Amino acid sequence: MGQIFVQERELVMPGKVLARGMDVLPGNGTYRDGEEIISKVIGLAKIKERLISVIPLAGKYMPKHGDGVIGIIEDVQPTFWNVDINSPYMGILLLGEAVKEYVDVTKTDISKYYDIGEVIYARVLNVSRSGIVSLSMRDPKAKKLHGGKLVRITPYKVPRVIGKEGSMVELIKEKTRCQIIVGQNGIVWIKGENEALATRAILLIERESHILGLTEKISKLLEGEEV
Amino acid sequence: MKRNRPEKLIIDGKRLDGRAPEEMREIEAKIKVLSRADGSAMFRFGNSIAIAAVYGPRPMFPKHLQDPEKTIVNFRYNMAPFSTEERVKPGTSRRSVEISKILKEALSEVIFLEEFPRTGIDVYVEMLQSDGSTRCAALNAAALALADAGVPMRDLVAACSVGKVDGEIVLDVNGKEDNYGEVDMPVAIIPREGRVVLLQMDGILSKEEFEKCLELAKKGCERVYEVQKECIKKAYAFEAIKEGEE
Repeated sequence: MGQIFVQERELVMPGKVLARGMDVLPGNGTYRDGEEIISKVIGLAKIKERLISVIPLAGKYMPKHGDGVIGIIEDVQPTFWNVDINSPYMGILLLGEAVKEYVDVTKTDISKYYDIGEVIYARVLNVSRSGIVSLSMRDPKAKKLHGGKLVRITPYKVPRVIGKEGSMVELIKEKTRCQIIVGQNGIVWIKGENEALATRAILLIERESHILGLTEKISKLLEGEEV
Repeated sequence: MKRNRPEKLIIDGKRLDGRAPEEMREIEAKIKVLSRADGSAMFRFGNSIAIAAVYGPRPMFPKHLQDPEKTIVNFRYNMAPFSTEERVKPGTSRRSVEISKILKEALSEVIFLEEFPRTGIDVYVEMLQSDGSTRCAALNAAALALADAGVPMRDLVAACSVGKVDGEIVLDVNGKEDNYGEVDMPVAIIPREGRVVLLQMDGILSKEEFEKCLELAKKGCERVYEVQKECIKKAYAFEAIKEGEE
């Protein structure tokens, strides 16, 4: 019978033996060495019946299918764009996934659709094993982001900024009357009159995501400035 | 240099800095010491201080060095000009190239290289102060910085040095003992598996002495490993508390 040595949400680090036995399965952030299941990263243990995984507390954003990300156009190629998505890999946006109508690439310069330095909100279509990330604009939410400013946060703090069912980001939107889009890759786009205040609120969440009563602290910050 | 040699390196069973032969110097470890790096750490053995910074995994350039099957680890060990008694000439030297290479190979043993094809991980280690066992301090700091950067690893790497001074086997060699002693032997292990990933020896040991040295070094590495784990726990404990309450 398999034994489990850690508790739910216990802090673990590389080399920590989480469980022993062939009937326990290694999930994300873990690996198997013989009978033992061992953590690969610093994170919190997660036990789901026989599956043990580790939720990482640090690390780069790794793109996965279906994620909404904010990217910056880095280069324009004849039929596609290279997009910086704040990850170890460059995103690739193919012409067919970006523009609805037929484009004759021999006659048009596709930089008229997206040019270097422009910011987009796109969806991750597919990630190949060797790290080719294809993006798509064929999504109701996908669009070009005009103006505004970008704030970079640690990718694993993104759920904190969004809050439960979007409660945190909705609060900031309402109080500062800014447009805010949070990319899964840790880039936040803010546009509106009160950009500075919204930025402060988001950086506060990133810095103090561990404290109790964060929501109250954020509303205080937002109220205090408005009065 | 030779004329500065102290008469004896071990007097009444005590070493120059007052330690017993099998006693280590004070160890200190800290992570998140640099804000711009993806992961960073400081590691100290007595007066030897190493600071490590890790960037990546990030797209690997120049492109022809990319490997479609694994990530490339780029390691730089560097001594600050002011780190020793005599000024170190800035820039790469024969010594720093060698140390960079062996430390890179030691770390490549624990990193899951195949998880990030076509990327590179940059590890920079600066020695701010050097007093013996610098490559061990550098490796310990680099392992902590990699873990802090969230790079998937089999385990941390723990390193410490052993040596022979005035005919006695000693643990954690300091600068003077390194210069005037008979043997200096840095050892690094993967603590959980007990596998040796770095072993160099400068001097001559008999087979029995070598075995005794290795045994002692492993004990020293265990000590280092405990300090490394403590340091990670301290830096990340507050995250665990909050997450646990939701």
